[in-house]
Amino acid sequence: MSMDFEKPLVELEEKMAELVKLNENEDVKFDTEIAELEKKMKSISKKTYSKLTPWQTVQVARHSQRPLIRDYITGMCSEFIELHGDRCFGDDQGIIGGFAKIDDVRVMLIGHQKGKTVEENIKSNFGMANPEGYRKALRLMKLAEKYRIPVLSLIDTPGAYPGLEAEARGQAEAIARNLMEMATLETPIVVVITGEGGSGGAIGIGVGDVVLMLSNSVYSVISPEGCASILWRDGSKAPVAADALKLTAESLLELGVIDEIIKEPSGGAHRSYSEALPAVKETILRHLEKLSKVSGRKLTERRFDKYAKIGRF
Amino acid sequence: MGWFNRSRSKPAAQGKTKSEDMWVVCPSCEAHVFKEEWHKGLKVCPKCNFHDRLTCHERVKLILDTGTWHELGGSVSTTDPLEFVDGKGRYADKAEAAKEKTGLNESVLTGRGKISGRRIVMAVMDFRFLGGSLGSGTGEKILRAATYALKHKLPYIVVSASGGARMHEGIVSLMQMAKTCAGIARLHKARIPYISILTHPTTGGVSASYAMVGDINISEPGALIGFAGRRVIEETIKQKLPDDFQTAEYLLDHGFIDSIVNRSEMKDYLMNVLRYWRAR
Ligand SMILES: [Zn+2]
Repeated sequence: MSMDFEKPLVELEEKMAELVKLNENEDVKFDTEIAELEKKMKSISKKTYSKLTPWQTVQVARHSQRPLIRDYITGMCSEFIELHGDRCFGDDQGIIGGFAKIDDVRVMLIGHQKGKTVEENIKSNFGMANPEGYRKALRLMKLAEKYRIPVLSLIDTPGAYPGLEAEARGQAEAIARNLMEMATLETPIVVVITGEGGSGGAIGIGVGDVVLMLSNSVYSVISPEGCASILWRDGSKAPVAADALKLTAESLLELGVIDEIIKEPSGGAHRSYSEALPAVKETILRHLEKLSKVSGRKLTERRFDKYAKIGRF
Repeated sequence: MGWFNRSRSKPAAQGKTKSEDMWVVCPSCEAHVFKEEWHKGLKVCPKCNFHDRLTCHERVKLILDTGTWHELGGSVSTTDPLEFVDGKGRYADKAEAAKEKTGLNESVLTGRGKISGRRIVMAVMDFRFLGGSLGSGTGEKILRAATYALKHKLPYIVVSASGGARMHEGIVSLMQMAKTCAGIARLHKARIPYISILTHPTTGGVSASYAMVGDINISEPGALIGFAGRRVIEETIKQKLPDDFQTAEYLLDHGFIDSIVNRSEMKDYLMNVLRYWRAR
C-alpha cells in the first residue's frame, strides 16, 4: 500500500530496486546512477516528510508496514513471556501482554496488536480490543505492581471494538475500571503512542506517568472520518476534520497531553525499523530509569496532578 | 463517541399547533399525555413508564431536601482549547449559545446539599447543554466536586446524562475521562461512597469513565446506556440489534448496574443505601 503523497518517493524506490538488481547481474555497473538516485531519494523524502499535513500523518500512522507491537518486541526485547487471558471470559488478541526484558530492565509490556496480513488482522481484530483485552491488561498491570516492575504500554488502535458482545460484556465498564485503576497503580507506567491512538480504546490502557508519541503517530477523541461525518455531515471532509482535531504529536505536546515526541527517521518509521526502533527503546529506557527512583506513592500523587491539570482553568 | 445519534433522544413533537401545546408525546411509546399530568408525574410516561430527561435543576429538586442546595464550582465554564471550527461555525459560539439557552456554564451542575438531612456532594449533568457532552469544563467540575467530597468526607453522587466526549475539544475532552476517574479513584481509596446514577442517555466516553465505576450503579427504566452507538455497531457487525439492546434493563441483566429505580423512589433509595455507610 502506498499513499498518494508518497508516490514520487515510492517510484524512486522502485527504480532503485531495479538498478540494484541490474547491478548484480550485468557487467555494466550503475554505481554512479545509484549514488545519485540515493541522494535524490533522501532529499525528496526529507521534503515530503518535513511538512506532512495532519491527514497525511494519519495515513502514515495507519501505514500497513508501520512497526507493530510484535516488531517492537522483536526489535527491543531480549525476552518476552506472553501471558494470556483475563481470568473471566477469554484471551483477547487485540491487546497482548507479558513479561519483557529490554536490555537489563524487566517490565510488564502491554499493548494493542494490529497485524500486517489479513490472517493476522482477523486474529487480532485489527487492534480493536474487546472488554477481555482491557481486563487482561488490568490483570497484568496489577501483577506488575505486585512484582514491583514498571508497566510499558504501547498504543496502536483504531478504537475499542464496537460490537454486540463487547457491549454485553461491558466495554464501557472495562475501560472505565482501567482508567481508575491506572490512576492509583503504585508502579511506573510509561505509555508510547506508536501508531493510531483511537479514542477510549487507546486511553483504556493509556494513563501513565510519562506519555510518549512517535512523530508520525496520531491521538484523537474520534477518527477524522467519524468527526467529518458527524460535524460536517460529509465523510470526505476527513482531511479538514483531521486538521481541526489537532491530533498530531506536535499539537498534543503543545496541549500538554503528551510529554515527549520520539523522532522517526525521514520517510517514516515504516521505511527504516533499524533507525526507528532504537530511538524508541532509548527514550523508554531513559524514562524508566528516571521513574525507578520515585516511590509508588509519590508516583500516584504526581500522576493525579498530571491529569488534574489537563484543561485550562 | 458522537452525541445525537439516537432518534429517541430527539424531541418527538416538532410541529406546534395550539392543541399540541397541551400535549406531550412520549418519546418512547408515542402516547399523548396532558402536559400538566406529564410534569406532575416527573416526566414519566404513565403508559409505558419511560423516564424522560430532566434538567439538572429538576433533578436537584427531586433528590435533595428543599433549600439545602449550594452550588460549587460555578466559576468554571467552557473553554476552547483547540479553537475549533467545523462546517457550521466556531465551537466558541456554539458554547455561548448553549449557555444562553440553558443558563448553565457547562454540561454539569455541581454542589452540595442534603438528602433527608444527610450531607452529600452531587454533580448533575444536563443533556440540554451540548448533548451533555464531556468538555474540559465538565471534567474540571466533576473532579473539583470529587475533591470537595474527599476533603469533607461526604458521599459523592453523580447523575449522568451524556452523549459522550465533546469532539470540539478533541483530545482534551478524551483526557477528561482519565482526569475524572483519577478523582473517583481517590474517593475509593479513602472509602468515601461514590454512587453513580446513569440516566437517559449515558453513552460513549461518559459511560466508559466515571459513570460506570460507582460503588453502586443505578439507573431509571428504559434509559439508554452503552459505549458505542447503535448505528456504528450495526454497521460493524452487519446485524440488527435486539430491541432492548443498551437499555437499563439490558445492563441489569448483564450485571453492570445494581438496580433500576423509579424516579419517584430515587430519593428514598439513595437515603436507604447511604445509611449503610459507617453503620457499624
Ligand atoms: Zn410512553
